[in-house]
Amino acid sequence: MATDTMTNQHVAAHGGHDDHEHHDMSGVKMYAFWIYLMSDLIIFGSLFATYGVLHNGTAGGPSGKDLFELDFVLIETFLLLFSSFTYGLAVLAMHKDKVKQVMGWLVVTFLLGAGFVGMEVYEFHHLIVEGFGPDRSGFLSSFFGLVGTHGLHVTFGLIWMAVMLIQLATKGLTEKTRPRISCLSLFWHFLDIVWICVFTFVYLMGAL
Amino acid sequence: MSTSVDHDSHNHGSTKSYIIGLILSLVLTIIPFGMVMNGGFNETFVVIAIAVLAVCQVLIQLILFMHLNLKTEEGRDSGSFVFFTAVILTLVIGGSLWIMYHLNINLM
Repeated sequence: MATDTMTNQHVAAHGGHDDHEHHDMSGVKMYAFWIYLMSDLIIFGSLFATYGVLHNGTAGGPSGKDLFELDFVLIETFLLLFSSFTYGLAVLAMHKDKVKQVMGWLVVTFLLGAGFVGMEVYEFHHLIVEGFGPDRSGFLSSFFGLVGTHGLHVTFGLIWMAVMLIQLATKGLTEKTRPRISCLSLFWHFLDIVWICVFTFVYLMGAL
Repeated sequence: MSTSVDHDSHNHGSTKSYIIGLILSLVLTIIPFGMVMNGGFNETFVVIAIAVLAVCQVLIQLILFMHLNLKTEEGRDSGSFVFFTAVILTLVIGGSLWIMYHLNINLM
């Protein structure tokens, strides 16, 4: 509190924004990350449009109704949703300056995310072994393209999370590591939001 | 209302807001899965219902997990960008489906 008042007086004395630089910089980083996320969303949008156009093009092969196992997808959805929640708890712990707690929640989030990726790899492997790979029909190409792109994003999120765990262990919560945790939180929640659209428009509507 | 209070409250939510977000998301996930897995509903009704529920869940997660808001300047900056992207997405997805649907009919 004391330092807070001091910096505030300092700002008032200088009549400028220079002491808010730290806060502004992290704000700029977050905004820039939003720009990245929205450009990424355009990629997903294009893949959704492709899937929307091709989903009836089964070329005599299986349709979504034949392939999708909804109880399997429901578990995947829960894994990702709970991982989004536990990442939120990591961010809250960060604001309370509890490094150990942040790392603990990140590990939980990592395991849930890894479970999701593991299930998806299993599903893809299963489909390909059965002869229903992306080369079977336009429907399956667009399905693998869309769901696979999301899965790759989650995988890169996991790599980022592992890097953050190492950085937290070696550097702790610093001015450099904090914005990274915040940006990864946006990335992680964003992937959960994309997944809501995937399970609704691909799996649920495909299984109807 | 001091400015520091405004500054603190917008960016990171609370345990409560995350729990509310989680519960609402769980409900909005279980309902559409239940509707499709149990069947017995009119198909058009189910399609509209699960699409509406998905939009609700996206909005809830944007607000409660990603802290999108229109109260702070940062929130408005990101918010207007998200809105702009939503317009582009509507054009890309809606336009693709519209054009390809009609081409499909013409080709057959």
